[in-house]
Amino acid sequence: MKHIETVETRDMAVSAVKGGCGECQTSCQSACKTSCGIANQACENKDAE
Amino acid sequence: MIHQYKLNGYNIVLDVFSGSIHIPDDIAYDAIRFLDEGKSEDEAKAALRSAYPGISDEDVEDTFSDINELKEAGKLFSEDVFREVTMDFKKRVTPVKALCLLVAHTCNLNCSYCFAAQGKFKGQEKAGLMSFETGKRALDFLVENSGTRKNLEVDFFGGEPLVNFQVCKDLVAYARSIEKEHNKNFRFTLTTNGIGITDEVIEWANKECYNVVLSLDGRKEVNDRFRVDLGGCGSYDRIVPKFQKLVEARGGKGYYMRGTFTHHNTDFTNDIFHMADDLGFSELSMEPVVTDPSDPCALTEEDLPVLFEQYEILAKDMIRRKRDGKPITFYHYMIDLEHGPCIYKRVSGCGSGTEYMAVTAWGDLYPCHQFVNDPEYKLGDIWNGVTAENIRDEFKLCNVYAKPDCQNCWARLYCAGGCAANALHATGDIHGTYEYGCELFKKRIECALMMKVAESKGDC
Ligand code: SF4
Ligand code: SF4
Repeated sequence: MKHIETVETRDMAVSAVKGGCGECQTSCQSACKTSCGIANQACENKDAE
Repeated sequence: MIHQYKLNGYNIVLDVFSGSIHIPDDIAYDAIRFLDEGKSEDEAKAALRSAYPGISDEDVEDTFSDINELKEAGKLFSEDVFREVTMDFKKRVTPVKALCLLVAHTCNLNCSYCFAAQGKFKGQEKAGLMSFETGKRALDFLVENSGTRKNLEVDFFGGEPLVNFQVCKDLVAYARSIEKEHNKNFRFTLTTNGIGITDEVIEWANKECYNVVLSLDGRKEVNDRFRVDLGGCGSYDRIVPKFQKLVEARGGKGYYMRGTFTHHNTDFTNDIFHMADDLGFSELSMEPVVTDPSDPCALTEEDLPVLFEQYEILAKDMIRRKRDGKPITFYHYMIDLEHGPCIYKRVSGCGSGTEYMAVTAWGDLYPCHQFVNDPEYKLGDIWNGVTAENIRDEFKLCNVYAKPDCQNCWARLYCAGGCAANALHATGDIHGTYEYGCELFKKRIECALMMKVAESKGDC
């Protein structure tokens, strides 16, 4: 690629196959208590890509 | 769907559905824009040639070959294939995995902007403390309803939970005594205003709490404007040394300094920097106030551009700090692109009313801490479980695909549809959206992604 660089990211389609275990933290529990955002939650599932 | 923007000298393209992030040069940035406007490849090439008169044929061809390669790999202009994921949401089993325990509906401070009205919540006169028996039953309720979930989260909240410290301690001890036999792992969070912190609290919190959230609004004059005691005296001088002692003793375990900014301190980065530079805290969170628009401290339309700029200042400064080897964490800029949440989490939202609930001191269940004492949203209680199944189902189905305003939003897989409580307060419907919050949210995500781009470019 000469004109575009790509940052490494989790592939959402792949995550649909193995994800969904539900072990991750509940969003509002962690700090804010007044709004949701899930982007900063870490995935707890070491086997899911 | 794509979202493209320029920030801090970077060209950034987010491919919404694959979650891919690209850094195109100017030519490719414009080429992507032309395609996104609906131009065919030939039209886009022609537009590119007129935008860049000296451009070589080779550059044009290379640019489109890059674009096509990404398209084929499903990383650019990818399709939304996740709607079906939400189709079965009603059938979905949603074990409860997190409880917010309102162990004290009373407070030793009297912050006027408090959404919990010092723990009395809305319209309720009675103050009260959770008894050990009620708390114990809440933990049993959680274990009973958590299915195969191993990690269970419990937050001591209020009011001010340390007003009822003995019960917090006893509940943790009880949880520890039952977690092994049930194959569970309790994670406790303490959210406190700091007044009640003692050496004993520090030792306990640092041993037992996975996370502590310490409320401080930043600079002394900012903090003391709202965070005052019953006599109207500011709390800053009393709480800061306690917070510093607690954090120092924490030995690297998770914590957040959590502030609120209002119309009176729209220059909130100064509060963040004060906490970082003058007080030595590195894990920081700063939230826009949630209050009635008629309240003088409510954020206004005119504040919005100021806040946008503040978020940019913060992001750029954090890049500098990281480069200098002294990074700080800002809760909303913490994005894990490679190991972040899977798509199920990204469409299903905050979990309020399904996997997350709040328990009042007398054992009533509500969808979350922000719905407490709204009789329309009472779910049931910890003895009889969820009896208002219609409300639970409403929350179960309230995902990002069920919210009309979110359908065209590029940020939806980072946001998951926003806060149901804010939506209800702003629009009267949990399926609505609190637009002001959306604007801030999107700005924060733009900044957070920009920081990731800077990182991948080796600029920090
Ligand atoms: S930012 Fe607003 S519109 Fe976008 S997904 Fe979140 S709640 Fe919906
Ligand atoms: S509804 Fe809002 S306040 Fe309640 S848990 Fe969800 S994001 Fe948090």
